[in-house]
Amino acid sequence: MHIPSLTIASVRQGLAEKQFSAVELAQEALAFAKAENPKTNAYLTFSDDRAITAAREVDARIARGHDPGALGGVPVGVKDVIVTRGVRTTCGSRLLENFIPPYDATAIERLEAAGGVILGKANCDEFAMGSSNENSAFGPVRNPVALDRVPGGSSGGSAAVVAQGTAVVSLGSDTGGSIRQPASFCGCVGVTPTYGRVSRYGLVAFASSLDHIGPFARTVADSATLLQTIAGRDSHDATSSTHAVPDYAAAMQLPLQGLRIGLPKEYFSGLAGEIGDRMQAGIEVLKKQGCQIVDISLPHTEYAIAAYYIICTAEVSANLSRFDGVRFTSRSPKAESLIDMYRNSRGEGFGPEAKRRIMLGAYVLSHGYYDAYYLKAQRVRSLITRDFAQAFENVDALVAPVSPFPAFKLGEKTSDPLQMYLSDIYTITGSLAGIPCMSVPCGNTASGLPVGMQILTKHFSEDLMFRIAHQYEINGGFSA
Amino acid sequence: MKLTEEQVRYVAGLANLALTEDEIHTYAHDLSDILTHIDKLNELNTDGVPPMAQVLFSAEDTATLREDEPHACLSNADAVANAPVTSQGYFKVPRVIER
Repeated sequence: MHIPSLTIASVRQGLAEKQFSAVELAQEALAFAKAENPKTNAYLTFSDDRAITAAREVDARIARGHDPGALGGVPVGVKDVIVTRGVRTTCGSRLLENFIPPYDATAIERLEAAGGVILGKANCDEFAMGSSNENSAFGPVRNPVALDRVPGGSSGGSAAVVAQGTAVVSLGSDTGGSIRQPASFCGCVGVTPTYGRVSRYGLVAFASSLDHIGPFARTVADSATLLQTIAGRDSHDATSSTHAVPDYAAAMQLPLQGLRIGLPKEYFSGLAGEIGDRMQAGIEVLKKQGCQIVDISLPHTEYAIAAYYIICTAEVSANLSRFDGVRFTSRSPKAESLIDMYRNSRGEGFGPEAKRRIMLGAYVLSHGYYDAYYLKAQRVRSLITRDFAQAFENVDALVAPVSPFPAFKLGEKTSDPLQMYLSDIYTITGSLAGIPCMSVPCGNTASGLPVGMQILTKHFSEDLMFRIAHQYEINGGFSA
Repeated sequence: MKLTEEQVRYVAGLANLALTEDEIHTYAHDLSDILTHIDKLNELNTDGVPPMAQVLFSAEDTATLREDEPHACLSNADAVANAPVTSQGYFKVPRVIER
């Protein structure tokens, strides 16, 4: 077996034809991942025991003549902000260096129930805050496509393991683009589902009204299979939706003839050079499949970053107050009084970006500023969401760039936090509206760096989004 | 919007973060930059626009409720297993109340 080119379907076939057992696959995949990992630093922790136990269960199912499950035997990487019982979960933070969760996230339970084999935990920006994976306390991840470049963030490790071939699929989390942007930088598929489509139970909270769990894969079909297994109502998360989960694999087979695809002019006006060229090539593929391309407008786009960085940091300052040196985290040795314990444990433990966002959030929520900042941002969030609702009255889906530039060099953008924030412009709007959006590969720049194309649809229309992405893929879109 | 180092110290106090002098200096600069960008929102008239706190979908009023049945919960040992300092199954913190 050639580990880096496995798909969910090829694992299923290999198991059915007895080319390998699930345990043999898990052992080989772990050995391969461990040998490759020093190149990228994409995995922080390997979960050998858990992987072998899960693989044994898959082999036992097959021996009993049962189906191995939708993810039977498939090697999976999991972003280290999603809790795994008994397997260290650091959130990329020094504060949680030794944190061993006492329970599993719902998405973890579901993917293992479907036969998935978790190889380990993937590196990420500290508490999922960042656009380059350079904010991890355990060192940056290197982009497997170009090792001197960032993999994107915050789910940089989850994108890298899939691109590097050290997992078949992985789970990441997205708050303002943390799945789509690294997927585009590493040349893989990354899916941010509708807000509430996947339970957030066990996803360490960053900005609760914006946090999503979603899949990475090398093919659209694999990303759809992974979402299919983890989606759906969970009584542990009151914001998880009761909306039925459609059959994505069936929906993907339908052709695209007659669909209306909108191009938001605000996303293309400033887009020059190679990214613009790649996007045009991708749009041509959709045209050839019979899509009608329509220019539309999302007029409040330019206000999205400002609204996002108020809302997300306000939620950060509240959510991260739980890291207090009492329950989960290390405690400062300089902790003589209760207040010193809080201040020093947090001051010593959080990295610079986490502190920056906690500070901004505490400021915008502080006395006298609540209306001017937080309430104002929530009103603007309504306007941005309304823009999308109006666009979807006229078109079935939107296509847009993911990032204004391809993967940049390590260290290139760390000195200017505002510039780093502004680079999230194309992904943040969809996050604020809570609509499903995904990044699919759209060819490479002349120097070989991957470019991603974003597909966005209405709330709970992942089936249509996967259909467009899959038909685009099988008609040559990935190398457009 | 420009933030003074004095304001940064005040906010750090609200957030229970011990910061070094260097950090206070850096954050005064970074936060001022970001808040200046955020001032852009004032261009927009949002009178009468409802605030959006959550991505809400139409659902039955009781859609998020479940039957009130007892479930197993974490054991005491599991609950305190990650704490840096414990005593007899409790989280231990520096003295809060003087006798």
